[in-house]
Amino acid sequence: MKKLLGASIPLLAALVAFFFGAIMLVALGASPWEGLTSLASGAFGSGDRIAATLVKATPLILVGAGISIAFRTSVVNIGGEGQIVAGALLSTMVALAIPDVPRILLVPIVMVAGLVGGAIAGAIPGALKAYASVNEILSTIMLNIIMLQFMNFLLRGPLIDPLEVEAGTRIPQTARLSDNAALPTLVSGSRLHLGVVIALLAAVAAWAMLWRTPLGFRLRAVGHSPAAARSAGIKVERHITYALAISGSLGGLAGAILVFGSESQRMVTDGSTAGFTGSAGFNGIVTALFGGLHPLWTIPSAVLFGGLLTGATNLQRALQVPAALAVALNGIVVIFVVSSNRVRSRLEELLQARSEFKNSSGGDGPSADVDSLIEEVEHA
Amino acid sequence: MLLEMKGITKRFPGVLANDGIDLEVEEGQVHTLLGENGAGKSTLMKILFGLYQQDEGEVLLRGKPLSIGSPSEAIDVGIGMVHQHFMLVPTLTVAENVALGLKSGRGALTDLDAVSKRINEISEAHGLSVDPSVEVWRMAVGERQRVEIIKALYRDATLLVLDEPTAVLTPQEVDDLFVILRRMTDEGRGLIFISHKLHEVMALSDEITVLRNGAVTGHTRPSETSREQLAEMMVGRSVKLVPDRPHVTAGEPRLVIKNLEVKGDRGTMAVEGLNLDVCGGEIVGIAGVSGNGQKELAEAVAGLRRAEGSSHIMLNDVDVAQLDTRKRRDLGLGYVSEERMTDGAIGEFSVSENLILVDHGSEKFTKGKFLDFKAIREQGETLVKKFAVKTPSIDTPVSSLSGGNIQKVILARELTAKPSVMVVAQPTRGVDIGSAEYIHSQLIAQRDVGTATLLISEDLDEVIGLSDRIAVMFEGEIVAIIPSEEAERDKIGLLMAGVFDS
Repeated sequence: MKKLLGASIPLLAALVAFFFGAIMLVALGASPWEGLTSLASGAFGSGDRIAATLVKATPLILVGAGISIAFRTSVVNIGGEGQIVAGALLSTMVALAIPDVPRILLVPIVMVAGLVGGAIAGAIPGALKAYASVNEILSTIMLNIIMLQFMNFLLRGPLIDPLEVEAGTRIPQTARLSDNAALPTLVSGSRLHLGVVIALLAAVAAWAMLWRTPLGFRLRAVGHSPAAARSAGIKVERHITYALAISGSLGGLAGAILVFGSESQRMVTDGSTAGFTGSAGFNGIVTALFGGLHPLWTIPSAVLFGGLLTGATNLQRALQVPAALAVALNGIVVIFVVSSNRVRSRLEELLQARSEFKNSSGGDGPSADVDSLIEEVEHA
Repeated sequence: MLLEMKGITKRFPGVLANDGIDLEVEEGQVHTLLGENGAGKSTLMKILFGLYQQDEGEVLLRGKPLSIGSPSEAIDVGIGMVHQHFMLVPTLTVAENVALGLKSGRGALTDLDAVSKRINEISEAHGLSVDPSVEVWRMAVGERQRVEIIKALYRDATLLVLDEPTAVLTPQEVDDLFVILRRMTDEGRGLIFISHKLHEVMALSDEITVLRNGAVTGHTRPSETSREQLAEMMVGRSVKLVPDRPHVTAGEPRLVIKNLEVKGDRGTMAVEGLNLDVCGGEIVGIAGVSGNGQKELAEAVAGLRRAEGSSHIMLNDVDVAQLDTRKRRDLGLGYVSEERMTDGAIGEFSVSENLILVDHGSEKFTKGKFLDFKAIREQGETLVKKFAVKTPSIDTPVSSLSGGNIQKVILARELTAKPSVMVVAQPTRGVDIGSAEYIHSQLIAQRDVGTATLLISEDLDEVIGLSDRIAVMFEGEIVAIIPSEEAERDKIGLLMAGVFDS
C-alpha cells in the first residue's frame, strides 16, 4: 500500500502538471492534444528519437542518483553543474595526456577520471560543511561558478586546441580527443552509446550502496539523526564528506560521458555552464525529487525528463510555440512533485496510524501516538 | 461539583479507548488521573476539550450538561490546559504569546501594554514571577511552563488540566510548581493532574483515579493508599518499585576518571576536576540536581563532548579522553543517552535497524561488502523477544513505539554488545512503570555479570534503589560518595542542594 502510494503520487503530480501545460498551450492558441502528441512523438516517435531521449536521460540518471545519495544524508547538493564540469575536465586532461593507451583500457580510465574529478568537486563543499559548518547550498552553488570559470580558463588557455591558435580563430575548445577514449555506440548508425549502460549500472550501484551496504546504512543514519548516529559511534563529519563526494563523483561521471559520448569528441565552452552540461546538474535535482530520492526510480524519471527535453524541440516546430514552454512545464512538475511529497508523508502517517490501530491490543501500545497523529491530521 | 464525567465510553476501530469512565472534580481540589501510556487518559481529556465526541456518557460542568465541539469553546467555558509539550512561539515575548488568539481591546491593533499589565497582576497573585517582555526562547523550561499556566489563568480557567507537567522539570522546579498549583486550588479552581510519577501523585493529589486499558481500576486518596498499591492498579499486577539487588563483590576499577574538566553548552566549565572510579560488578549512581554537570559528565565519558586537555578517562587502563566514540565503544563502552529520541535511536529507522545501529559494520551483520539481512532480522526477532519489546513488527519505525519500548530497544542494543563499562543516563525518564521495572532488572543483571555501570538519574529513588555507591554531584564536582547501606534520602538531598556541613 505504502509502495503504491509512493509510486502513484508523482505520476498524479505529473498529470496535473501536464494539465496546466495544456492550459498554457490553449493560452498560446495551440491545441493541447496536438501539443501532447507532438511532444510524445518528438520524444519517443522513432528509434532515433528514443536514442536522443536516452542520451539526454543519461546525465540525468547519474546526477539524480547522486543527488538522492546526498539528500538521503541530509546534505543538499546544488553543485551538479560544477561537478559535471570537474569530471569532464579531469577526464579530458587524462585523455590528452595518454591518448595512445588501447581503447579497452582508456575508456575505463577516462570514466574513472570523471568519477575522481566529480568526487573532488563534491568533497570540497562536503568537508567545508562537515568540519567548518559552511552551508553546503551556498558552497556548492559558488563552486559551480568557480568550476565554470576554471573551465573557461583552461579551454581558452592551457588546454586550447593548438590548431585554433594556429588558425587564429581561438575558439575555446580542446583538440579532438583520442578515439581510443570514445564511448562505443550501442546500435550502429545511432547516437546511442555505452554511457546509457554505465548510467544504469551506476544507478543500481547507488541503490545497492544506500540500502544494502554498511556505508549506506551509516549515510542514512547520519541523514536522519546526526546526534544518534554520533552516539552510536558513526563518524558524522566523515560521512557528510563522503556523501557529497559520492554524489559529486556521479556528476563527474556524467561529465566524462558528455565528453566521450559526444559527436565532436572534444570539450567546448560557450562561456556558460549550461552550454556544456545542458543544465543536467540542475535538472538532475528535479529528476531525483520526481524519483522520490530513490536511485532506481530516477531512471524512469530521467527518461521522462529526457523525453520532455527532446520532445520540446518537436513541439516548438510543430505548433510554433516557444521552446520555453518545456522549461515552464518542467518547473510546474517540480512544484507539484515537491508539494506532493508533503501530501505523501501525510497520507503515509495516516495509513500507518490505521494499521497500528489494528495491531495495538490496548495497554502499553502505540495508541497514544495514534491519538496525537489523528489529531494532527484532523487539524491539517 | 465543578466537573462530572459520567460513564464516558469511546471506541476506535478495534480499540475500546474509554470504557465507562467516571471522573469527578470539585472546586479547590487536585484530582489526579493516573495511568500508563495508552491507558486512555489523553482520550478522556480530548473528549473534555471537544476534540473527540464520546460514544456514550455525559459531561457536566457545574451540574449543567456540557457539549463542546472544539478547544476554543472549552476555553470559553473556563477549561484550560497546560500541555506537556509547550504551545508557545519561541521568538515571541511572553505578552505576545499570551495575547495570541485573544481579541484585542484596540480592534485590529494589539494592546500589549494592557496584556502585560494583567500578566504582572496574575503572576504576582500566584507567585509565578514571569517578565512579560522577555522572549520565550530565552526562558528555562520551568519558566516556559509558568507562561503556559499564565495563558490559562489569563483566560480565566476555573478547571485546569495539567498533562504530565513535571516531565520536563527538575525536582526543584517541581516543588515550585506544586506551590503554585496549591495556590490555585486555594482560590477554588479545580485541577486535573495527569502523571505517572507516583511520589508526585502522592504529594499533590486530593483524589486519585487510576486507569488501565481504558477503564477505571481504582479510585482512592493518598492517605488511603501507597505507591505500591497505585502501581499495582496501573499495571494490573504487583510491581517491584525497588529492585532486588543481590550482593556482588566489586572487582577491579574499570572506569577511572581523573581531573575531568568539561565545558557546558554555554562555554563555561560544567565539570570541574571530577574524580570517580567505577569497578566491575558495581553500579555507581550520580545523584544531583539537574544542571550540575551530569549531562556533560556522561557525554564526556561517551566521547560526545570534548574533555579538556588535562582530563583522564581510563577505560580498562586505556586513556580514552581524546579518543572518538567509535574507539571507546570498541574498547567496551556502552552508552544509553538521556535523550533517547535524539541521541539514542533513529525514529525513522525500524526496530531491527536501530538494534544494529552500533554493530552494523561487524562481521556478524555483513556478508562481504553487503549487509546480511538474514542475520539482522534474526537479531531483531531475538532481541525483541528477549527484551519484551512491544512492537507490531521488527520493521516498525521506532518513532511509533512508546517511550518505554524505545528505551528497551536501546538497552537491548547496548547490553547485547556485552559492555565492560556502561554509562546509563535517565534510563526510565518518561517510561511506564512496567518497562521501568524491567529496565532496572536488566541493569542489575548486567551488574551481576561484572559490568561497571555509571548511572545518572534525576530520580533519586532510582539512584538509591539501584546503586552500590552513590556519588553526589554539585556544581561539576563529586562532593560525597556514600555506600548504599548508608544512603539516606534526606542527607543526600541536602548534599545535592550544596549543604555540606551537618
